[in-house]
Parts: sequence; structure tokens; C-alpha cells
Amino acid sequence: MQDANRGVVVDFHFEGRRYSARAGQSVAAALFAEGVRGLRESPREQQPRGMFCLMGSCQECLVMVDGRRVLACQTEVSEGLSVSRVAEVGLHD
Amino acid sequence: MTDYDLIVLGAGPAGVNAALAASAAGLRVALFDENRAAGGQVYRAPAFAGTTDDSAERQAGDALREALAKSRVSAFLGHQVWAVTADFQVDAVGPQGSLSCTSRALVVASGTTERVVPFEGWTTPGVIGLAAATILLKSQKVLPGKTTLVAGCGPLLAAVAAGTLKAGGELRGIVDVAGFGDWLRALPAMLARPDILRQGLAWAWAIRRSRTPLYARHTLVRVIPEGERLRAELAPCDRAGRALPGERKQVLVDCVAVGHGLTPATEITRLLHARHRYSRKAGGWVAITDDCGRTSRERLYVVGDAAGIAGAAAAAEHGTLAGLACARELGAAAGSLDPALGQAQRRHARAARFGHAMARLMALREGHVQGIAADTIICRCEDVTRGEIDAACDAGARDVNQLKAWTRCGMGPCQGRTCGDVAAELLATRLDVPREAVGIFSARTPLRPMTVGALTGAFVYADIPIPKAAPL
Repeated sequence: MQDANRGVVVDFHFEGRRYSARAGQSVAAALFAEGVRGLRESPREQQPRGMFCLMGSCQECLVMVDGRRVLACQTEVSEGLSVSRVAEVGLHD
Repeated sequence: MTDYDLIVLGAGPAGVNAALAASAAGLRVALFDENRAAGGQVYRAPAFAGTTDDSAERQAGDALREALAKSRVSAFLGHQVWAVTADFQVDAVGPQGSLSCTSRALVVASGTTERVVPFEGWTTPGVIGLAAATILLKSQKVLPGKTTLVAGCGPLLAAVAAGTLKAGGELRGIVDVAGFGDWLRALPAMLARPDILRQGLAWAWAIRRSRTPLYARHTLVRVIPEGERLRAELAPCDRAGRALPGERKQVLVDCVAVGHGLTPATEITRLLHARHRYSRKAGGWVAITDDCGRTSRERLYVVGDAAGIAGAAAAAEHGTLAGLACARELGAAAGSLDPALGQAQRRHARAARFGHAMARLMALREGHVQGIAADTIICRCEDVTRGEIDAACDAGARDVNQLKAWTRCGMGPCQGRTCGDVAAELLATRLDVPREAVGIFSARTPLRPMTVGALTGAFVYADIPIPKAAPL
């Protein structure tokens, strides 16, 4: 991202709903600020989980962007970015 | 594959100063960090420009980034290092795809992981680490919540509380496992760095002026979602942080930020089989080093908090020490480095005195894990409860790697970074043996989860060279 574009107010999508953020913010922080807390479910107990460490360590904020699994805390928001939940199945069933 | 004299992993104060010192002494240096700007956690750069911040941390961070930009260090920012080999080949993935390089020496400056001692409901969305809250405030310019409760122990409590107030947030309480006496005992050592002490006192003053309820010698016992908000329950506790019988207080907030100290990030030094020791005061397992950060593995150094918790100010000096020591070891400008080394040593000792006092406040308290309920999740990735860990222990698990194989605790995508310290403490406590006896999770590559797609990059099948079939 060009430095000049950072901080500009942009729209992005999570699960088809529109949210706004400042360009350059992380997807995790932007959604947190918009009140979106639960991002996925834990694979064994299907418990709701959200952003926790915000520094790429805990892996709790895994989401899908452009068909790729990425950490929401390590992914920057840009205009029109489309974010969705990962389709996790009960891995241990 | 590019060859360097030195590769530094981590661009916080320790790593940047190691890289700068070695580069100034004439070494060809590469510096890697997963973040797009240098600074590490304490001196983290703002996510977007146009944000004014007159804090000492922001100024120190800007100075660090400027010095790096002016240097000859090859900085690979926004690069995730996923493998490091014994002969110092470093594999990373960056915005332009994957990349490998080699070096004659390696400095590990990987910082720390925050420790959170689990309690009922700590996995609830909206409960975040104290370090996460500092990133929200400092870099993302986001309030953790309209109303926030901060809990745990150590200086991050005060940093998050003061930061929240400064940003206009409403603080519903500070829940500190430590008592006033614990803080008082740290005071003499804090006088070693009056500048940092002054910042701390400014935070304390801001907190006092806000009339935020201060719950000393209290701990969080559970967090329950209530609509869009969180109901946190606090209890008085003993020195270790174990809840005592007595009045439970309930606080309704948007966000709970909690942390019980920091553990050194030792994945890389463990991966390279440097010798380690367990030190509760230093934050947990640390590589055994001399005062310049030299490990038991030749030409492998570890600096900053990754070598034992001592704080950002000490980390900067530690980095300079290692950079100079490394330059000398590789034969650059030998004798002329002595005055700089001596100066860095003195400065490091002073800053570390302060940092070690803070580290003692954040050390995992003996017996803290005993209060965790049996059905509380310890390993977030695999939803492994304390009860399951205890059961594995009773069935004969004697080592954390055995525990991992039996229960999947620490086997998930975070690779045990979040639960490792607490799981090992639970096992050692139940077996009544020292922490050394139960060991530490083995480090494995990839150092972070990695998709095959990220490693291969975009390609079309037609471009893959297929050798001619061998003649029959």
C-alpha cells in the first residue's frame, strides 16, 4: 500500500456486510472497532473465538481473504477488501 | 541466494541496534521482521500517518526507524521467517514471494509472547491480551472498548490503563494480582532509569486522577458474555494469584484486557539446539548466553527480551553489545570496538536493573496455575482443558512433549506459544518436580503456519519444466 493512501477512510466487507476503517489498519482491529468480536469457531468444541494477541502469534483471528487463509491481525484493510469466515469443520469428530 | 555476514531476526530495539552496530563496523547485514515497519512491540509504528503522538515511545521508535533507513542494513520488513537451519540459512515469505539467504552469524531478537494464565471464559471474543490492547491504542488508534477492564500484573497494566484514558476510553477498573508492597519493592531498582520511572509515575498519576477503581491483590475469576458485553467477576487473591473466598465483584464492560507477564520467544534458539535454562525471573526458558548474547552454538546470538525479560531500554543496549561482539568475532575492526563495547555494557547494566525489577513483577507466580478450574481451556487451539492435562499426568505423562502427543495440547496452529508455559507449569506442579524436569515443547518449522501457495507463489502448470522421459 502506498503510504499516501494510509489513513484514508475506506469500506470493506466481512461476511457480505459493509464496514468502514482507515486504510492500513489491520482487519482484526478494524472489525473489533466496529463491534465484530467473534471471527471463527474453535475446531474441537465449536466455541466462538476472536482476535486475542493481535501480533500474529496466537492464530485465533484466522479469516479468508481472496480465497486464502490469513490472520486478520496481519492483514491490512484496503478499499473493497472482502473478508469472510473460514469454513472450519469439526476436525476431531 | 544472497550471502550476508550477519542476519538479524526481529526489528525491535534489540534487533535494529544489533544490525546497526554490526553494519557500522563493516559487516554486510540483513534484518528481517514480519511487521512492515521496524520498532517491535514497544516502539511499534502507527498503522497510518497523520496521527500525532508525543510519547517517548513514539519518539524512540521514530529515531530507531530513521537510523535504520539511513544505514546500509538490508531490511526485509513485512517478511515472515518460517525456517532457519543450523548453517544459518533463513527462509522467509514477503510481499514479493519467498526468499532465502545465508549468513556467517545469526542474531535472534524475536522478543516475547504474552502469558495469560487461563480463567473461565478467557477464550470469549472481546477478551484480549494486554499487549494486544497496547497495539490497538498505539498503532491502530482504536479503543479496546467504550468501557474496558484491565487485569493481570506488571507494567503493561499501567501502560494499557493510562493509554486507554489518554485515548478517551472509560476504564471500569484495574485488577492487579500484585499488591502495593510488590510495586514498592521494585522502586529502588527503578531508580536506575529515572526517565522511565518518570513515565511510570505519569501513568500512575493519570490513573489516580481518573478515579478508576483499583483492585490490588485481586484476580479475574470468570468472564461471561452478556449480550454484546462481558460480565467480569473479580475476587481477592493470595500472593500467587489464587482466588480467596470472599466478596466477588462484578463489572460489566465491552472489553477485558488481561496479561500475566511475558515469556521469551525461544523457538529459533530451541530449533537450533542452543542450550537453554529455566528462569522464572527471566520469564521462563531462555538460551544460556554470555553478557553479549552469545549462545552455546557458535556464532548464534540472542538479544533483548528473547534472551530473558529486561524491557525495551535494556534490549536496545543488549542489541548494540551483540552487534559489536559479532563484528569482532567475524574479524571486523577488532581493537577499535572496545570503547563502544564498554559503554554499551555499562548502559545495558543500568537499563537491565530497571527491566529485571519489572520482570520480577511479571514472573509466573508459584501456585498461580493451581487455581485454574478443571473445565477451563488451557490450549486454545485444540480446546484442551486443565482436567485433560491432569488426567494425562495421572496416566503417566512426565514431559510436555509426551503431554502434547497424548492430549494435542500445544499441537495446534499456535504451536504451543500461547499455552506452553502454563501447560508445563501445570504438569510440573502436579508431579511436584522442578520445571526443568518436564521440559519444553520441541520447536518445529515452519515457525508460523504457512500455506503452500504462499511458498510457491502464482504459477501456471505450463510453466513447470518437465524433463524428457528417460529412454526405455
